[in-house]
Amino acid sequence: MSSTSQSDRLVLERAEVDRILERLRTEILARVGQVGSLVLVGIRRGGVPLAKALAREIERETGQAPMLGTLDINLYRDDVGLARAVPKVGPSQIPTHLEGKEVVLVDDVLHTGRTVRAAIDALHDYGRPSRIWLAVLCDRGGRELPIAADFVGKTVEVDPSQKLEVEFDDEGPTGARVTWPPGTP
Amino acid sequence: MKSHFPHRHLLGIEGLRREDVELLLDTAESFFDVSRRPVKKVPTLRGKTILNVFYENSTRTRTSFELAGKRLSADVVNMSMSTSSVAKGESLYDTVKTLEAMRPDVVVIRHASSGAPHFVARHVSHCVVNAGDGMHEHPTQALLDAFTIRRKKGTLEGLVVTICGDIAHSRVARSNMLLLKLFGAEVRLAAPPTLLPKGVEAYGVRVFDRLEPALEGADVVMALRVQNERLMGGAFFPSAKEYSKTFGLSDRSLRPAKPDAIVMHPGPMNRGIEIEPSVADGKRSVVLDQVEAGVAVRMAVLYLLSADEAEAP
Repeated sequence: MSSTSQSDRLVLERAEVDRILERLRTEILARVGQVGSLVLVGIRRGGVPLAKALAREIERETGQAPMLGTLDINLYRDDVGLARAVPKVGPSQIPTHLEGKEVVLVDDVLHTGRTVRAAIDALHDYGRPSRIWLAVLCDRGGRELPIAADFVGKTVEVDPSQKLEVEFDDEGPTGARVTWPPGTP
Repeated sequence: MKSHFPHRHLLGIEGLRREDVELLLDTAESFFDVSRRPVKKVPTLRGKTILNVFYENSTRTRTSFELAGKRLSADVVNMSMSTSSVAKGESLYDTVKTLEAMRPDVVVIRHASSGAPHFVARHVSHCVVNAGDGMHEHPTQALLDAFTIRRKKGTLEGLVVTICGDIAHSRVARSNMLLLKLFGAEVRLAAPPTLLPKGVEAYGVRVFDRLEPALEGADVVMALRVQNERLMGGAFFPSAKEYSKTFGLSDRSLRPAKPDAIVMHPGPMNRGIEIEPSVADGKRSVVLDQVEAGVAVRMAVLYLLSADEAEAP
């Protein structure tokens, strides 16, 4: 392995993120019914700023802001009691009863699919949505469950031992970077 | 994000660090909303077994623990020990070893003897939660009180908290004193001298034998229950009427407290003795907030103890 491949690698730049957000907006609006029945739900924590950025895009395009929620999936994890430490539980805020709503679950990175499985379970405790979609900024492969995203910003090839981190500022995502975990030779 | 609760049992506030209490209270904040949703249940402790072993009568604490466990999807079994093998003479040791053989994950115990949960914890492999032991501690009550104060006042730091009533027999008072001192609150006690334990100043609290100076500028006023079952025949004070006149919370006696002071009571209340109905039902009363907080706090305790099991020795 060469020394350059071991350093951090930028896989998504700001300009590309902006184009992706526009495209995701267009794709979402083409497939969902009405903005009025649409709820964007960001999965804590990386999905929350992405959901906000998408909501802003949708409002800019249609003049109507979709409802926006956040979801903490820690209580629905499949590894409670197996992990090395207790996951810190955060708040969820779902703005409406989800009966009959179209929900777009939003996360920054799609990997094993376990987070999405937990999120789908969690959503049902807030009502029965008419449809759940999944939008992600980066799909890094490595699925352990039969789950696929409906809206994908970018597919990124990442070694299983590497970390893929999306970077944010106050406005939303600004890029993505692949890093080796500390101690990798 | 991961967090770590470095305790296998919750036996008292004693032994907890400030950051442990903060983790418990922050976790309880997240559980608070679960009980307000249409679906009041999360699957987190599916497959875990919780035994409520109550050697003393209790309605609210037992129900609160039961709901906390059920809303986390654990299997909860309530055992009322007065109608059990204990009545046939079985020792505490034999009872808990028998229950341990049924492989519970958490045992919640209330017992009239101080230190009983600590004894149990030394002899079993599962988690133990103290739901009140004699006149010693009642940690989840202090946690739910702290949760309620923090929600109403934003912080515990620097608040003036006056605890009034039967301090000597109160495990609620002891756990609260320990917790409030961890957070740098000013704790004052107001009680007839006969109802103050000897050496209580060692907790770093100020002691008053009259209500009025103790309430001066108070942010939080906690009334304790006059425990008739413990005081019966003790001649600790002349009469209930006398007590209510000197230490009962009324709109009049609360005047020295801050205008936005909150009034708390761990329940069950003796209306007209330690608290007047107009106060109990008044704007400043947070008694029902305390009850609601209790379920969230107990969910946090059960979650942090039993979800961390992989790390236990």
